[in-house]
Amino acid sequence: MEKTLPKIEIIEKYCKGCHICVEFCPTKVLEMKGFVASVKNLEACIKCMQCELRCPDFAIKVITD
Amino acid sequence: MAFDYDKYIRPGKLPHIWCPGCGHGIVMKGLIRAIDSLQLDTKNTAIVSGIGCASRLPGYMDCCTLHTAHGRAAAFATGVKMAKPEMNVILVGGDGDGTAIGGNHFIHACRRNIDMTYIILNNKIYGMTGGQFSPATPTGAKASTTPYGNPDPPFDIAKLAIGAGATFVARGTAYHATQIDKLIAEAIQHKGFSVVEILDDCPTTYGRRNKFKSVIEMMNHLKETSVPVKAAEKMTAEQLQGKVLTGVLYKEEKPEYTTEYAKVIERAQAK
Repeated sequence: MEKTLPKIEIIEKYCKGCHICVEFCPTKVLEMKGFVASVKNLEACIKCMQCELRCPDFAIKVITD
Repeated sequence: MAFDYDKYIRPGKLPHIWCPGCGHGIVMKGLIRAIDSLQLDTKNTAIVSGIGCASRLPGYMDCCTLHTAHGRAAAFATGVKMAKPEMNVILVGGDGDGTAIGGNHFIHACRRNIDMTYIILNNKIYGMTGGQFSPATPTGAKASTTPYGNPDPPFDIAKLAIGAGATFVARGTAYHATQIDKLIAEAIQHKGFSVVEILDDCPTTYGRRNKFKSVIEMMNHLKETSVPVKAAEKMTAEQLQGKVLTGVLYKEEKPEYTTEYAKVIERAQAK
């Protein structure tokens, strides 16, 4: 079965660059691009929702189907 | 599926004022998930706060909210609950607001066992006013007013609440994000005064003065220093040295204040 990838939406206006999502992602999907988080390797995402759960700034939405 | 937090947030209020890495946002998300899981009517839910970083939380919530005088959240919330006993009343505040300026209101609200939920976001410092030490600042920690280390022992807020008569006391941390909503939901369902202390991080005014290199280090510190109550039962006093217990710490059923007061009204009117 083919793996379906989620859509990770990062609201840049809300992100304050605290690094929490980048550090707590178990598969290193995210990275910091300047002051805001961005998606580096979506293929590795296991939809654990840790980034969405821990982001203190309501800046990340992991949209699965 | 992504959780729809926007449903409970006032439009146009985000981004919030909290600093990068501040755990208050994580706790606010937990509160929203708790309200959602209990399907509380936002028009019948009052969120009351005093002054401080944590007390800015109700401003973002699309519920009935009150932002009151410093430390007086419990007093205003008692008024709301007495006038409208059917309302869900949730209080939010920091450690300084709740246990120093509002310490007296806090212990007496505990003593009365009035049906409210007090969420104390304990970041161990007065963040908004510039990092002065609070009653929850650990001994030896540096704050702007204790540059050589704090000589005072801190309050154990959960024990203070139990001692003062709160009938539901729980503790969580900003690191254990999935536990926050469960603790808050259980506290809201409890009939009586419930206290949920959430250990939080303040990277701006506490972390940088106390040799925490990053937000992640502060989050991991919360993880390393906390032990779930069930795991603690199997541990020795030596192993528990310097650890804080998390989970539901105390629960009992006692007569609730608004129902007891209704009886007083009935007795007075019978004469």
